[in-house]
Amino acid sequence: MKKIGSKLKLLTLLLLVWTKVSAQEEDLLKLIAEDKPKKELVKNAFKATRVINSQSMEFLSPGTMDFIILHRFGQISEGASNFFGLDQASMRMALDFGLRDNLMVGVGRSTYKKEVDGFIKYAPIRQSTGTNSFPATIAIAVGTTLNTLPWSDPLRQNYFTSRMAYYTQVIIGRKFSDKFSLQLSPTMVHQNLVASSSMSNDSFAAGIGGRYKVSKRIALTWDYSYLLYGVDMDLYNNPLSIGVDIETGGHVFQLHFSNSTGMNERAFLTETTGSWDKTEIRFGFNLSRMFQIKKKKETPKE
Amino acid sequence: MEKILLVAIALFLGASTNAQDKYFTKNGTITFDATTSTSPEKVAAVNKSVTCVLDTKTGNAQFSVLMKGFEFEQALMQEHFHENYLESEKFPRSLFKGQIINSSKINFTKNGSYDATVKGHLTMHGQTRDVETNGKVSVNDGKIAIAAKFAVLLKDYAIEVPRLVSDKVAESAIIKVDCSLQLLGN
Repeated sequence: MKKIGSKLKLLTLLLLVWTKVSAQEEDLLKLIAEDKPKKELVKNAFKATRVINSQSMEFLSPGTMDFIILHRFGQISEGASNFFGLDQASMRMALDFGLRDNLMVGVGRSTYKKEVDGFIKYAPIRQSTGTNSFPATIAIAVGTTLNTLPWSDPLRQNYFTSRMAYYTQVIIGRKFSDKFSLQLSPTMVHQNLVASSSMSNDSFAAGIGGRYKVSKRIALTWDYSYLLYGVDMDLYNNPLSIGVDIETGGHVFQLHFSNSTGMNERAFLTETTGSWDKTEIRFGFNLSRMFQIKKKKETPKE
Repeated sequence: MEKILLVAIALFLGASTNAQDKYFTKNGTITFDATTSTSPEKVAAVNKSVTCVLDTKTGNAQFSVLMKGFEFEQALMQEHFHENYLESEKFPRSLFKGQIINSSKINFTKNGSYDATVKGHLTMHGQTRDVETNGKVSVNDGKIAIAAKFAVLLKDYAIEVPRLVSDKVAESAIIKVDCSLQLLGN
């Protein structure tokens, strides 16, 4: 009996010491049940809403406006007398607006064919993590372009609709890692009037675009479209652009080499004349400046 | 024999009801401000989902902050904060584990406002540094509010500020903590 008593004494002592120790080293945060990870959108797959020419899977934040100036210089193959193409420039100015996390609209005007364009981009599904997550973003972009050049043949009966073209695009993209993102974008372009009988009014293209981040603020990008149908390949080429994205505060600079001049979907998909084989490529840049035009709503406290 | 057993059981129960001394919140507030005097825009964010647990017996205080919870007025600034500065994907949480070193002088059961000195380690952006600051503990009808303000040097936590934005983003950020705690029931 005495033996058991002393053993118990020891036990109580141990218990006492143990509780003291545990109070010292206790991880207090473990006492609270961790909330389930909330569903969270995967953002920044690309630095800008365009890979280079093509729409990217990325959206503007709601309430922001993006003012973009896009330049494409002349062909490098023009040589030193034309300062490797820098003597000429074609440009597009654009204003894009973020309406929702998954909805944006934009308008632009290009010097090439004095074309005005507008688009809506909407993502029914966005890549996310947490509960009910989805591994990829699926977005749809639809746009229209309007050629405002004087009629090439004013004597012919001309219709206003002949100036117009439309495009529809599905973008399926995934940010595979912090560094690497890839997207596919099947596109259909419909032109009400085409330049030659060898062209079809409807053309189809399959785009593949990606980026690889080399540092926090610098990324390599590529943007290629394979023309499947409708474009006369004797006259035109598949557009390929390779570039670098540089991010500085409120700006994104996209510097690149490309074989296309056009900067809207109709122009760069169906009217890319340059050939990479013959160094008929151009230097170009997109300069984006972001503005917050609407203050964010205060999130209500739970 | 039975007496000893009773004592043992009583002690054990006493130990397990320790939780009576613990207070917590899941929606504390932390604000972050790194605006320079020359900056035209506010470089500031607020996080309203801070988790905090305080053990009034030992004075131990621990904070867990989900970095993605920091919200800025400007969407782009918020994106850059997470993408380029704090790298919130890589380092999703910041932790503070410390102690109110003068907790013995604070009566957590009596209404009033007390000065507190907190000492501990702050882990942020993968870096751990010692932090010591003064704060306030206010007790009001079984609820405990804690508030503190301190500065962290961004360089200490390997947060690089590019020279281009150094006129807007300060070298050190003011961190304000504001938590209203309630008894942790179990």
